[in-house]
Amino acid sequence: MSGAVRVQGLEFAYPDGRTALRGLDLTIEEGERVAILGPNGAGKTTFALHLNGILRPQRGEISFGSLELNDENLMEIRRRVGLVFQDSNDQLFMPSVRDDVAFGPANLGLRDEDLGARVATALDAVDALELADRPPHHLSGGEKRRAALATVLAMEPDILVFDEPSSGLDPAGRRELIEMLRGLPMTQILITHDMALAMELCTRSVILSEGRVVASGDTAEMLMNSSLLARYRLEFPHAPNPVTPPGPG
Amino acid sequence: MILAMHAPDGFLNPSTALSTAIISVMVVGLALRQSRDQLADRAIPLAGITAAFIFAAQMFNFPVLAGTTGHLLGAALAAILLGPSVGVVVVTVVVVVQAFVFADGGLTALGYNILNLAIVPVYGGYAAFRLFRRMFPSSFGGVAGASGLAAWSSVVLSAMAFSIQWLFGASAPVAFDDVFSAMVGVHLLIGIGEGLISALAVGAVLASRPDLVHGARNLDSTQLADRRAMKTRTFVVGGLLVALVFAGVVSQFSFDRPDGLESVAEETGFAASGSEHTLADSPFADYATAGIDNEKVSLAVAGVVGALVTIAVGAGILLAVRDRRGRDPAMV
Amino acid sequence: MHEHSRAHQLAPEAKILAALGFVVSVAVTPRQAVWAFGVYTATVLALAVWSRVPIRFLAFRLTAVLPFIVVALIIPFVASGEQTAVAGMRLSVEGLWGAWNIIAKTILGASVSILLTATTEIPEIIRGLGLLRVPALFTGIATFMIRYLELVADELARVRVAMTSRGYDPRWLHQARPIAVSAGAMFVRSYERGERVHAAMLARGFDGEMPDFGKRRASREEWIGVAVMVGAVFVVAIVALVST
Repeated sequence: MSGAVRVQGLEFAYPDGRTALRGLDLTIEEGERVAILGPNGAGKTTFALHLNGILRPQRGEISFGSLELNDENLMEIRRRVGLVFQDSNDQLFMPSVRDDVAFGPANLGLRDEDLGARVATALDAVDALELADRPPHHLSGGEKRRAALATVLAMEPDILVFDEPSSGLDPAGRRELIEMLRGLPMTQILITHDMALAMELCTRSVILSEGRVVASGDTAEMLMNSSLLARYRLEFPHAPNPVTPPGPG
Repeated sequence: MILAMHAPDGFLNPSTALSTAIISVMVVGLALRQSRDQLADRAIPLAGITAAFIFAAQMFNFPVLAGTTGHLLGAALAAILLGPSVGVVVVTVVVVVQAFVFADGGLTALGYNILNLAIVPVYGGYAAFRLFRRMFPSSFGGVAGASGLAAWSSVVLSAMAFSIQWLFGASAPVAFDDVFSAMVGVHLLIGIGEGLISALAVGAVLASRPDLVHGARNLDSTQLADRRAMKTRTFVVGGLLVALVFAGVVSQFSFDRPDGLESVAEETGFAASGSEHTLADSPFADYATAGIDNEKVSLAVAGVVGALVTIAVGAGILLAVRDRRGRDPAMV
Repeated sequence: MHEHSRAHQLAPEAKILAALGFVVSVAVTPRQAVWAFGVYTATVLALAVWSRVPIRFLAFRLTAVLPFIVVALIIPFVASGEQTAVAGMRLSVEGLWGAWNIIAKTILGASVSILLTATTEIPEIIRGLGLLRVPALFTGIATFMIRYLELVADELARVRVAMTSRGYDPRWLHQARPIAVSAGAMFVRSYERGERVHAAMLARGFDGEMPDFGKRRASREEWIGVAVMVGAVFVVAIVALVST
C-alpha cells in the first residue's frame, strides 16, 4: 500500500460563497512527515477535510498512490487516510473509549474477536489500554488525544492527517504526543500553528495562504526566514533550543 | 414548576396512559421518518447534540418575578430552530431519557408526557409560529416576534392538552374546571417567560447563523439585515389574538366561579348524594365532571379547547409533512 | 454505584422489560387493594437488597418526586364527594383515595426506575432500548445526547460564571436577555459541533447506520427470570383487579 499523496489544482468554495482553496498543489512522498503551516483562514482545515473525502474537490484531483479520490474508492480512502481532529471531543463521540475505537473497524465490517483484537492493538499503540472502559468526557486532554489517535489507528491507515495536534495539551501531554508520532511509520501530515512541533518532527514544511501553497522546503531553513514567516502571520517561538519543550503560549 | 411536566406514574388512569402512548408512538414514528429525510446521515450527530442543548437549556433557570425562577420547556424553540419533525424527535428523546435514565417522570406516564411536552408544544408551537410569520413582516423582528408568541402559545397548548386528558382519565375527583383554570392560568403566566427567552434566543441565532434557523430559511440577507423592531401595533395585534383565544377560554371558568374552593365544598352535599349525572355513560372520567355546576357549558368549553389543541397539532404535522423545502443541504 | 451484584450484570434489555412489566402491574392495580401495594413495596425492597442498592440511596433519590406528592396532597382539600373530618380539616374521602393512589404509584414507579438506573450504565440502558425495538435513529440520538450533555452543560455553566463575575444577578424576567442570548449562542455551538462530529464519523466510514458491535444479549435464563418475576406481579395485579 502506498502512502504517497498527490494533490493537483484543488479548488473549493463553501455554499455561502467563501472561497477556501484556490488551486492547491502538493506532493508528499510515502513515509514523509510534512508540516502544513499558515495563518487562520488559509484553508488548512478545509484541505484536511478533502484528504479523506469529507469535502469533495470542486475542481482538481487528489490521489493516494494509484488510488484516485472518487465515489468508488471513497470507503477505501477513508480507511487509508486517518483524520485526527483538532477537538478530541468531536472525535470521541461514543459512550466509551472502547466503543469509539471500535466504531471505524465496525463500519469496515469487523465483528467479535477480530474487532476486539483490532481495538486492543490500536489502544496498545498509544499506550491507552487502561482507558478502554472510561467514558471520553472524563479523560484528561492528553488522554483524549491518545484515544482519538487510537480511533484512527484502528482503521490501519497508511496516512495520518492531524489538525492542530498539540492544541490544548499541557507540556507533558505535548511531549508524549511528539514521542508517539515519532514512533509511527505512516505518512504524516501535521497542520499546525506550533512551529516548534514542526521543527521537531518534520523535515519539510509547507506554508498555505489564501488556499494556495506559497512556500515549501526544509523546515529549519524556512523557520529561520523571519521575513517569510512575518509575511504569513507566523512566528518562530522564542525558545532557541527546539529540544526544550516550550512553555504555554 | 410546570405542573404538566414529567408527570409520574398514576396521574392519569391506565386507559388514558395506554391511548396516549399509542398516539405518541405513531406520531414520533412519523417524525423520525421525516427527520431522516430532512437530515439524512447527519441526523444522529446533529439531533443528538442539539438534544443535549435542549436538555441543558431545561436545566437552566431564568428569573420570572422577584427572585422566583422558571425553566424553559424548549419545545417551540426546537421546532423553530430545527423544524417540527426534528424538533419532536429531539424533545421526545429528552423526555424519554429523563424517564429511563434520570427516573424523572413515570414510565407508564411516558405516553402523555411525550404528548404534552413534545408533540403538542412542538407541532402546536410550530403551527402558531407559521401563523404569526404570515401576520408579521418578513424581517428579523418579525421572526423573533413570531417565535416569542409561538413559544408562549406552545406552553399554554401543553397545559390545555393536559387538562383535556384529565377529563378523560382523572385519577381523583378534582373537577375539570378546576384543573383547567389552574393549569392554563398558571401557564399563561409562565409562558410569557418561555416566549421572551425563545424570541431572544432565536434572535441571537439569526444574528450569527441565520441559515440555522429552520423557520426563517425563506428570508434573504436584506430582510435579515432589517434589524428595526417590528411595528408595535402588529405585535400587539398578534399578542391580542393569542390572549383572546386563550385567556378568553380560561375566563369562562374563572368568572363563572369566583370562589372556586368554597363553591366546591358547598356542592359536595349535592354531589355526595350520588345523583346520577347526565353523562354517566360518557367516556369522560366521572371524576373530572363531578362537582361542576353546569356540565354542558363546561363540556362545550372542553370541546372547543380540545378542538383548538387538535387543530394546532394537526396543522403542525401537516406543515411538517408538506414542508419539502425542509430538506437541508447535505454536506456530502 | 456500579458495584457488581447479580443485578448489575443482567442484560439491560431484560432489566428494562422487567421494570416495564412491574410499573404496568402497579399502574393497573386498583387503589383499594392496599395489600397489593404492600406486596409491590416488599418486592421493591427485596430487589434493592438483592441488587445491593442501599435503601438510603433509594430514599435519597426518591426526594425527586416530592413535588408531585405535594400536588397529590392538595387533592383531598379540593376534591368533591363525601367529606370526612381529619384533625379538624374537612377532606374529601374520594380525594384521599385519589391522593393515596397517585402517591403509592408514583413512589413505586420511581423506585423501579431508580433501581434500573442504579444497576445499569446509562449507555447500556440505551442499548437495551434498541434491543427492545426502539428505532436505531432514536437510540442513536439518545446516545449522542448523553455523550454531549455534560459538555454542553459545562459550557452553559461557564457562561453563567462569566456573567456572575461581572455582577449579573438577574431577579426579574426583563433581565433575562443575557441568558437568552447565551442560549442562542449555545445552540449555534451545539449545531456546529454536530457538523464536526458528523465529519469525524464520516472519516471513519460512517454510512448512516450506527454499527452493531456484537455485544452480549440476554440469555435464555435471564428471560426466564424476567418472565417469572413479571408473571408474579401480574398475578398480584390480576388478583387485585378481580377481588375489588
